[in-house]
Amino acid sequence: MRHSSTDTASGGTSAIEAVNVTKTFGSGDEAVHALKDVSVTIRENEFFTLLGPSGCGKTTLLRLIAGFDHQTEGTILLHGEDISLLPPFKRPVNTVFQNYALFPHMTVAQNIGFGLEMLRKPKAEIENTVGGMLRLVKMEELKTRRTDQISGGQQQRVALARALAPRPRVLLLDEPLSALDYKLRKDMQIELKRLQLETGITFIFVTHDQEEALTMSDRLAVMNAGRIRQIGTPREIYDHPAERFVADFIGDTNFLTADLLSADGGAISVRLTSGREITLECDHPAAASRHLTLAVRPEQVRLTADGSASPLNGVLENIVYFGTDTHYHLRLQDGGSFTARLQNSRERQELFAEGDQLGIVFDPETVQVLRD
Amino acid sequence: MADTTSDSFGFSVRRLPGFTALAIACYAMLYAPIMALVAYSFNAGSSIAVWEGFSLHWYGAAWQNEKVQEATILSLLVATVSSISATILASMAALGTTRIRPYKGLTAIYAMINQPLMVPEIVTAVALLIVFAIIKSTTGYQGLIYLISAHTAFCIPFAYLPIRARLESMDLSLEVAAADLYATPLRTFKLITLPLLWPGIIAGMMLAFVISLDDVVITEFVKAPGQDTLPTYMLGQLRRVITPEIHAISTALLSISIIMVSIFFLLNRKKS
Amino acid sequence: MSIGGESLSHTTDVKPQGTPRISGYEAAARKAEVHRNILLTIPALLVLVLAASGPLLVMLLYSFLAPGDYGGVVWQPSVDGWFRVFLTRDIFDDTLMLQDAHVTIFWRSIKLSSMTTVLCILLGFPTAYFIATRSDQTRNLWLFLITIPFWTNLLIRTFAIMEIIRNEGIVNNLLIFVGVIDVPVQMLYTDFAIMVGMTYVYLPLMILPLYASMEKLDFGLVEAGYDLYATRFRVLRRVILPLVKPGLVAGSILVFIPSLGAYVTPRVLGGGKNMMLGNLIELQFGQGQNWPLGAALSIALLAIVMVALIVYVRTAQRSTQAHG
Repeated sequence: MRHSSTDTASGGTSAIEAVNVTKTFGSGDEAVHALKDVSVTIRENEFFTLLGPSGCGKTTLLRLIAGFDHQTEGTILLHGEDISLLPPFKRPVNTVFQNYALFPHMTVAQNIGFGLEMLRKPKAEIENTVGGMLRLVKMEELKTRRTDQISGGQQQRVALARALAPRPRVLLLDEPLSALDYKLRKDMQIELKRLQLETGITFIFVTHDQEEALTMSDRLAVMNAGRIRQIGTPREIYDHPAERFVADFIGDTNFLTADLLSADGGAISVRLTSGREITLECDHPAAASRHLTLAVRPEQVRLTADGSASPLNGVLENIVYFGTDTHYHLRLQDGGSFTARLQNSRERQELFAEGDQLGIVFDPETVQVLRD
Repeated sequence: MADTTSDSFGFSVRRLPGFTALAIACYAMLYAPIMALVAYSFNAGSSIAVWEGFSLHWYGAAWQNEKVQEATILSLLVATVSSISATILASMAALGTTRIRPYKGLTAIYAMINQPLMVPEIVTAVALLIVFAIIKSTTGYQGLIYLISAHTAFCIPFAYLPIRARLESMDLSLEVAAADLYATPLRTFKLITLPLLWPGIIAGMMLAFVISLDDVVITEFVKAPGQDTLPTYMLGQLRRVITPEIHAISTALLSISIIMVSIFFLLNRKKS
Repeated sequence: MSIGGESLSHTTDVKPQGTPRISGYEAAARKAEVHRNILLTIPALLVLVLAASGPLLVMLLYSFLAPGDYGGVVWQPSVDGWFRVFLTRDIFDDTLMLQDAHVTIFWRSIKLSSMTTVLCILLGFPTAYFIATRSDQTRNLWLFLITIPFWTNLLIRTFAIMEIIRNEGIVNNLLIFVGVIDVPVQMLYTDFAIMVGMTYVYLPLMILPLYASMEKLDFGLVEAGYDLYATRFRVLRRVILPLVKPGLVAGSILVFIPSLGAYVTPRVLGGGKNMMLGNLIELQFGQGQNWPLGAALSIALLAIVMVALIVYVRTAQRSTQAHG
């Protein structure tokens, strides 16, 4: 219930609804709890991403929706209907597999038409749809090739077309871009987004790549250790991470500890380790505890040569040039480290040198009070 | 069957309905006849149909049967000499045909080495009968060399395969490293190649031994009168009234094969 | 040496263009290496020529000689042996007739071998699949249990089958006990017995290559099949079967070839009347005393085996080309 605030399906009807889903592999001492009481609602026509480190349970959840495994407890609804008991071949859900799983003994066109053939569609309709799919993924010229005679990017497109051809209610994508090189991955991200918009099919996308998740998703769920930690739009998740894991996993973050001085409605007053007091906005009850963790994004801070008025001070230890921006690594008075990321521009003249004592300045609105 | 309900619940990607039942039936079919055979070797009575209590009587009877004694000695002698010579020849051939740049005629050499695996045994057997008849009539020699050379020939591919497999999985850089450290080719072979190859050689020799020990067809056609091995002795006995003595001999041979194959299996597993 | 010289061409492609010849030093080293390899291989080849390949050639020669009165041959060319493979001359009017007995035996050999192969597929396929879907720890044990009968004496296994299907054997006793039959069914010394026996002894030869194919089977593809609405039967037929076809073909060849040339199993279980090719061949070297005919029959058997092998190699090549 912790996440109910961000887990409402207010807009549109739900495509997939997982209710208190638990999945345990094995039993006794060797039991692995892959999913622990997971509840999530995925809306129709949504590009929804399950994001998390490997072993967090995101692929398990996907396999439960596809029907390859069965949940130990809980229910999975597809458009309001319980599909928990249906084998995969009776679920109107298709998967794009991580390694594509293209049939090596069939051509590109045969692969794309396989699902329709299994649904016993008329031959003319199959040909028609396969033709349309080949156009959609721009693979018309290679339709008679065997799937091991085409490149990785092309295989990716065939896998997509094959899963989309039967027009599933929901398309599941299991880290489909992980095998591609960087540039191809960038292209495919745009391509996937285009396909989702053109087909209007609900996409559930599994990835461990936070950048992929942020750029493509309508909403995403961050998972860790079998639980969903936070659900929201990419902007919500990035700007307002609810807890330390989310803040740490998505983007770079500086963590600060602070003592709570007073709370007054939505505003709290805290004392930083530097001794300075600042006032922050905070709307969740976690702020009632005495010691708080604050998250500050490195790109939200400025550095000043004169640190007398800034909330934090630190010694500049290391400067790393990154082209578009420069990273400044500082050592705080309390011994902690702090990173500031400043954009490089022609106007920027104030160059700091290693060893400088600098002030760290940030807008209290950009500081996030974390739940734990 | 539980499988009929699996479509509605507990779907498993790897399960196909009825396959497990068929597989278990298959294992039962493979082992039931052998088990029954072993069981009747301990039968106290002389019947092979009625169980009359546990006894080691027929083992004793087989042990004291002079013909069985002779056949056992001959079987072991032929199997030992043939498997050792086949293994030496196969090891050399494996070194000469593995981990090398291909040369002309290599395919023909592979075909020749594997020929005993492809040609039906009965064909080889009568061909040997013909050739050895010619040699026998010209030289008058009737000894064991015919049996041993025939066994050696058909054991070569069985010894060759595991040795070759072992050679192919060996790290070539070890030998290069030895050469780099001033080892001559001969010393490299003795100190590096041979110790690493040893499990393959042992495995090959044991397979060859089992194959030689079990052979019936070629032995039946090549042997001179009175040169019975255990299998040919048994084949002769099957035409007469069968007593559990045959069961006892079979069980003994079976045990040797199982022990050999188990060791072979363990040796191969250590490698991987 | 011509062998060394020929093989030089293999190394030319690694040289930059315009220098097709390799250096004298390299050529010498290469030649020495080939010499060494051939020298190592020669002793084994010698034994094989003496006791395997060579005798086949002698037998080919014998098939074109005239038969001796009491076995052996008379050293004069004759096609009588080959003639008698399928034909016979009437004793009274000298007319040519089909040798019915031989035709029957050829037909029985091919029929029983084919049926044995089919039975082995029906039993072996589910078993290989079963082994391939076990966990890594137990898989080796199941495989080992297939390997044991594979390396067990063929005669003993045939004898074991003989024991349980004889009139007083376990199978008949069990059927009488259950009440299916009142008197024992004669199974021993029938074609059925030969087929059961050959299935029993050659079953591991089907399971092992099938398993080798199934072990490599990517179950992701099976999942993809189910995901795309294929039922179990259609996944089996459209996804699994085509992918394990190489193992299925290899297993079929490995069962069919020894079945066709079987000698011990039909002799023990067929009981003299129900001969197969192997027994017919033996007969010519024993009571029949027609060595050229026996040699011709052997060559004919070998020819059928070679055709089967060529078909297999072709199929295997095609599937490796198809799957890279």
